[in-house]
Amino acid sequence: MSLINNLVEQLINGLRTGSIYALIALGYTMVYGIAKMINFAHGDIIMVGAYALYVFAALLGLPVPVCILLTIIVCAVLGITVERIAYKPLRNAPSLAVLITAIGVSYFLQNVALIIFKATPIPFGSVIKVPSIKIGGIHISGITIVTLIVTVIAMAILTWFINKTRAGSAMRAVSEDKGAAALMGINVNKTISMTFAIGSALAAVAGILFICQYESLSPTLGALPGIKAFVAAVLGGIGSIPGAMLGGIVLGIIESLSKAYISTQLADAIVFGVLVVVLLVKPSGLLGKMKAEKV
Amino acid sequence: MKKMTKVMSMALAASLVVASLTACGGGEKKAETKAAETKAAGETTAASADGDVFLIGGIGPVTGSAASYGNSVKQGAEIAIKEINAAGGVTVGDKTYTLDMVFADDEATEDKAIQAYNSVMDQGAQAILGCVTSGACIAITDLTAADGILQITPSGSAMDCTKNDNAFRICFTDPAQGVTMADLAAETLGYKKVAVIYNQSDEYSTGIREAFEKEFAAKGGEIVASEAFSNGDVDFNTQLTTIKGTDAEAIFIPAYYQDATYITKQAQDMGMELPFLGSDGWDGVLGTVTDPATIEGAIFLSPFFAADPSENVAAFVADYNEAYGATPDQFAADAYDVVYTIKAAMEQAGSVESADLIAAMTEITVDGLTGDGITWTAEGEPNKGSKFIQIVDGAYTLYE
Repeated sequence: MSLINNLVEQLINGLRTGSIYALIALGYTMVYGIAKMINFAHGDIIMVGAYALYVFAALLGLPVPVCILLTIIVCAVLGITVERIAYKPLRNAPSLAVLITAIGVSYFLQNVALIIFKATPIPFGSVIKVPSIKIGGIHISGITIVTLIVTVIAMAILTWFINKTRAGSAMRAVSEDKGAAALMGINVNKTISMTFAIGSALAAVAGILFICQYESLSPTLGALPGIKAFVAAVLGGIGSIPGAMLGGIVLGIIESLSKAYISTQLADAIVFGVLVVVLLVKPSGLLGKMKAEKV
Repeated sequence: MKKMTKVMSMALAASLVVASLTACGGGEKKAETKAAETKAAGETTAASADGDVFLIGGIGPVTGSAASYGNSVKQGAEIAIKEINAAGGVTVGDKTYTLDMVFADDEATEDKAIQAYNSVMDQGAQAILGCVTSGACIAITDLTAADGILQITPSGSAMDCTKNDNAFRICFTDPAQGVTMADLAAETLGYKKVAVIYNQSDEYSTGIREAFEKEFAAKGGEIVASEAFSNGDVDFNTQLTTIKGTDAEAIFIPAYYQDATYITKQAQDMGMELPFLGSDGWDGVLGTVTDPATIEGAIFLSPFFAADPSENVAAFVADYNEAYGATPDQFAADAYDVVYTIKAAMEQAGSVESADLIAAMTEITVDGLTGDGITWTAEGEPNKGSKFIQIVDGAYTLYE
């Protein structure tokens, strides 16, 4: 019995980290789908979100719902600004130039945080206070429940938005064919801005959940989850929204189970090994579509 | 008109040259005044009229994730230097030296430590106080050995920190810590089954873990889980869940306070109530936890306890508090002892030559804050007693 309890708890651990990866991976995959670029500064938006929450909640002492709303707005605006300033002028440049710019933006954001908040980690108590629950012998912490619920809601809203609204159709159209979409009267620039805003807002949500779980702020806190989420996006098939969700959760569960039952030392090696195997068998990722290049 | 232009351009060029020259001259003068200023500042801290200054090169992390250690070391050393200078400096033969220190930041990383070492050497350091963390310390040991300079680390506890003849330490070695904690767990606390969470990418952590597990097994105990993590990890739920599935009576975490903060918080979130044991890297943990209840009852090794009633400790704590508005931790005390050790070595050697200072290290006895009558072996290891600290009601208390 305790063995099963243990397995269930490990699966829940995996689901929780996987949910955060999935939320971040959605940003990577949406931006890739629309702008055909890998936004390596995306991980640092999480960091900005975490610090923004700290400023609003701990320094300004605003009520929690206001803090969360403001944090999401700050990140969405930051996402649009970064796109306008750094990526838009390079829209027709080689993809390598855009990639390097994205890395530059990532370092820029980290160093600005370093200058303002210094390198010493800041302890910051969780703003989400939900008591933990116990079902049978299984103990689930409050923040885990919140993380899972928020992720499910965020994904449901996103799926509805993309499939059922006019703006969502516009996004799908731009990702299919930018030129044709423009001819059909879709404002491509506006659609791209909106994609960055939504991706960054999701990163803000991930940042809030992340900081409420780990309670310590540092300028590089977004780097590692950012990379893991990028792996998740590739695993699920970059450009595919259900793929990012699946990739994130699969990655979280593999990581948790290999740490628990194989070896804590080898966990990262196993995670990246799985990625290599998946890409060898299915180069476009789990749910990615293989597009035939038309000549 | 053409001639005129030529003359004009010549004049312009000449004025440019002059301007650039004056700029250079100005720069030099500025540098000189700055040097004079620092010298003057050095002298104002010195009580003796004698101009001889012995420069200590301090290296430690004053920024980054281990910044708490580096700042404590720097401040502890400054207190000792101020005290010694106020008492008339250090008498070496027929000369009296005042002490001064330059301190460079290594951010607790290997590459920055080498830069920091080169920087303090360029400024003329005559003995090295550092590094503070083991990894950074090991990175510079061969350099200090090549330069033949006396190196005393306040807190670099990995075996390799003192592998060269010129290197000594104030703190315990990692294996010594592991053995001491295992004896505490097995004998004093009577645990039979203990789980360990350690940082596999850190020598300090792996060194303590190996010695702990060996000694604990030798005392008849059982290590029911030995879980690893890596630098920068923030999620320990998986490791904790595994431990939860065992019948461990306590969790031993040989790691730094930031890791301990994450682990203890997540253990509480999971509803675990096992007691924690820690290594001396736990010192400072109360400053990073958001809720002291998560570490209530935890016991860790520390050579120094700020609420110790003994006279020298009380005086140091009062001075430190006055100067920096904080209670000193073991790192501050270690650094304070390093400075007094350098002083003792200078007096014993009757010289400030590095080779003489190194030779004197095995002949001296220092009554420090971290132990009475500390002596050193030729391998660089100190002989001294140990203290345990327990978190009770959200405060550090001496565990006896």
